[in-house]
Amino acid sequence: MNKMINEQDLHNERAPAVGAWIRSGDPLIWLNGAAVSVSVIAVVGLLLLLAVRGLSHFWPSDVLSVSVTYQGQTRELLGEVVEQVEVPGAQLREAGFELQGPGPFYQRTLLKQGNRDFLGTDFTWLIDEQFGERRYPLDLLVVERLEWGNFYGYLRAVSRFGAEPVTVADHGEAAALEALQALIVDTVAVRREIHRIEQGDIGAINYELERLRLRERELELEGRLDASAQADLASQRAEQEALFRALQEQLYVLYDSIKDHSYSAELADGRVVTLPIAKVVRAYQPNAMNVFAKMQMYVERLWEFLSEPPREANTEGGVFPAMFGTVLMVILMSIIVTPFGVVAAVYLREYASQGFVTRTIRVAVNNLAGVPSIVYGVFGLGFFVYFVGGELDQLFFPASLPRPTFGTPGLMWASLTLALLTLPVVIVATEEGLARIPSAVREGSLALGATRAETLWRVVLPMASPAMMTGLILAVARAAGEVAPLMLVGVVKLAPTLPLDGNYPYLHLDQKFMHLGFHIYDVGFQSPNVEAARPLVYATALLLVLIIALLNLAAVSLRNRLRERYKSLEH
Amino acid sequence: MQSHALDIQALKRDKVPAANPAGPVETSLRMENLNLFYNQNAQALFDINLEIPKQRVTAFIGPSGCGKSSLLRCINRMNDLVDGCRVQGRLLLDNEDVYDRRVDVAALRRRVGMVFQKPNPFPKSIYENVAYGLRIQGINKKRVLDEVVEKSLRAAALWDEVKDRLHESALGMSGGQQQRLVIARTIAVEPEVLLLDEPASALDPISTLKIEELIYELKSRYTIVIVTHNMQQAARVSDMTAFMYMGKLIEYDDTDTLFTNPEQKQTEDYITGRYG
Repeated sequence: MNKMINEQDLHNERAPAVGAWIRSGDPLIWLNGAAVSVSVIAVVGLLLLLAVRGLSHFWPSDVLSVSVTYQGQTRELLGEVVEQVEVPGAQLREAGFELQGPGPFYQRTLLKQGNRDFLGTDFTWLIDEQFGERRYPLDLLVVERLEWGNFYGYLRAVSRFGAEPVTVADHGEAAALEALQALIVDTVAVRREIHRIEQGDIGAINYELERLRLRERELELEGRLDASAQADLASQRAEQEALFRALQEQLYVLYDSIKDHSYSAELADGRVVTLPIAKVVRAYQPNAMNVFAKMQMYVERLWEFLSEPPREANTEGGVFPAMFGTVLMVILMSIIVTPFGVVAAVYLREYASQGFVTRTIRVAVNNLAGVPSIVYGVFGLGFFVYFVGGELDQLFFPASLPRPTFGTPGLMWASLTLALLTLPVVIVATEEGLARIPSAVREGSLALGATRAETLWRVVLPMASPAMMTGLILAVARAAGEVAPLMLVGVVKLAPTLPLDGNYPYLHLDQKFMHLGFHIYDVGFQSPNVEAARPLVYATALLLVLIIALLNLAAVSLRNRLRERYKSLEH
Repeated sequence: MQSHALDIQALKRDKVPAANPAGPVETSLRMENLNLFYNQNAQALFDINLEIPKQRVTAFIGPSGCGKSSLLRCINRMNDLVDGCRVQGRLLLDNEDVYDRRVDVAALRRRVGMVFQKPNPFPKSIYENVAYGLRIQGINKKRVLDEVVEKSLRAAALWDEVKDRLHESALGMSGGQQQRLVIARTIAVEPEVLLLDEPASALDPISTLKIEELIYELKSRYTIVIVTHNMQQAARVSDMTAFMYMGKLIEYDDTDTLFTNPEQKQTEDYITGRYG
């Protein structure tokens, strides 16, 4: 004993303090702390980036009016400053610019000048040294439109169809603006009515007509399409067509009522153009707005983002259908994967004898979790869509062939594919939960004369439910963020209708749908107008993260309640 | 090493007088040449021959690993749950072989209730714990359940402590209460035999005393078999005692006789604390 201690002392004398410090365990604590900090900073930083870049897009920023002089030519420009960067002069000279300034670095500004219908491009890079005086004229008008992006200009006149135009020159700017806003309110209301008729009523008629067509084809296939059936179908069809004509009449009137309202405005270069009010979403004068008015508009635009469908090849408008599709698909996926996963885990843990085969299956299940998701997508397309869907069509929807019903990518196949993808997670989590249940509790139940199945159902499964929820949480987190397989099995860039509506059977599992993850990819990388789309990418990404967090929070709180109820029996 | 030496005279003085009416004692359980194997080579019990009387308390004592718990778990076929477990010989409950092919194990376990070493209430309310066995049998009438729950909790001397919180979780009770709840849960299904596997080993002395009193109360109605490490406990609560060693039944006799005047040297050595 003594000898050992002496050796220890000698060792200490030789070793510097670093050795002692390492042995004390402090470095490990620092290392752990650092790892956690890095993770937290990364997550918070990512969220901040998304929030700042995404949410600032909805703020009605001031519009700059400036004259740009280059090589002796001067042009007037209007627009919102989107981005400012410093670039080396050499780079600009190489690109062919003539620079006046001395500095090695030059400020460049990305200006959103809008007016794509008149100027060709709605974003333009400018070199700041070419700028004349920067002005923010109060009467500068911004018009958000359904087509061609934003309009920037000075309001000159507003004309209601058939009435005398209200001109700025004669009636004053306030009166003209008021007239414009009043007309916009009217047209927005009419447009909403048009949308309701087209999507709701006419959608229902189309649905009914399609149903009649399928019915006819069905009868024909069965050889029962006799005269009386034909007459019956024809009368029903005539009824629907009469309804349709009436609605169409209404639509003509509505379209007519708004199509001739117009406003005239002066562009930066002095041209005066006349534009239809029917295509206007809203108009405002940002330079004249105070902070509160801007805030109000901010909330309005944010709400539009959340509640409206996209426009202009997804570069404007909202993401509601994508949000809806994501949540619906995740819910369907959860409904499919939970029972399957739990049943599989129960068999593996409770019934299967723990031999070589079971171990192999377990390893295989674990490995499934590591298969690239695109492989699941290909499998889903080949097996679910073409094989199962094709068979289903042959069996149940022969009338609509050769047009596929389920033999084409759709909501159900996407949910099933993701359920398959997340199955290993649920199985592993549930199995672990089952393994943690003390055998004493099972024995207690068996000793009271319960069979194994009764014990499982009444005691074991309730106690394992928190673990199942854990599996589900992980599954949801994985499924909601998945994009690659979905592109193959049901997600599209733009779906005309939601997969849930008022037409029987209400939930349309065969329909294609939109998804936030794919929306990010589409808007960010497939968009014709990258600059316009970029802020939406950030906003959509933030929204997706928030939705996943929300779904998870719901599942976590449910799990915690279950845990509280089935607190473990450790003494 | 703690000494297990017993003051036999003192034990005899303390022992509560037998409550059983005198008269012919029927046999409840009979084991004939019972052998238990846990797998091909490991034999846990060797040729056990034993008759357990009805409405008496029979104690199994012996050092750790002597097979007393294994023997107990043979009676309600709990050993069936162990992979590779095999039983030879006969084990008769009221002259019916428990290991007969036609026996419904669940029905057998309703007749032979079991209480384990550690209290194992279900994570349900106190009420639901007691009602569990009945619900398994498909009895869901509230009136019947209420009655049985009260009767069982009274029989387990727990009613007064829990009658105001029947619908609270059983996991909030103390260990001793939980163990009495488990006993109440077991007697709610009206078994004939009650197997107690070291029921007080995880409890404090006061709870242990309560359990022992309870055993004494219950023996007028049930055949009780208790496994215990604690020889004082065996001497206090049991009428008959079996001493086991290395999977063999060494001696089986009236408790008084076994503790005061053992026939076998091994038994004497064990109860006087010379080994074990």
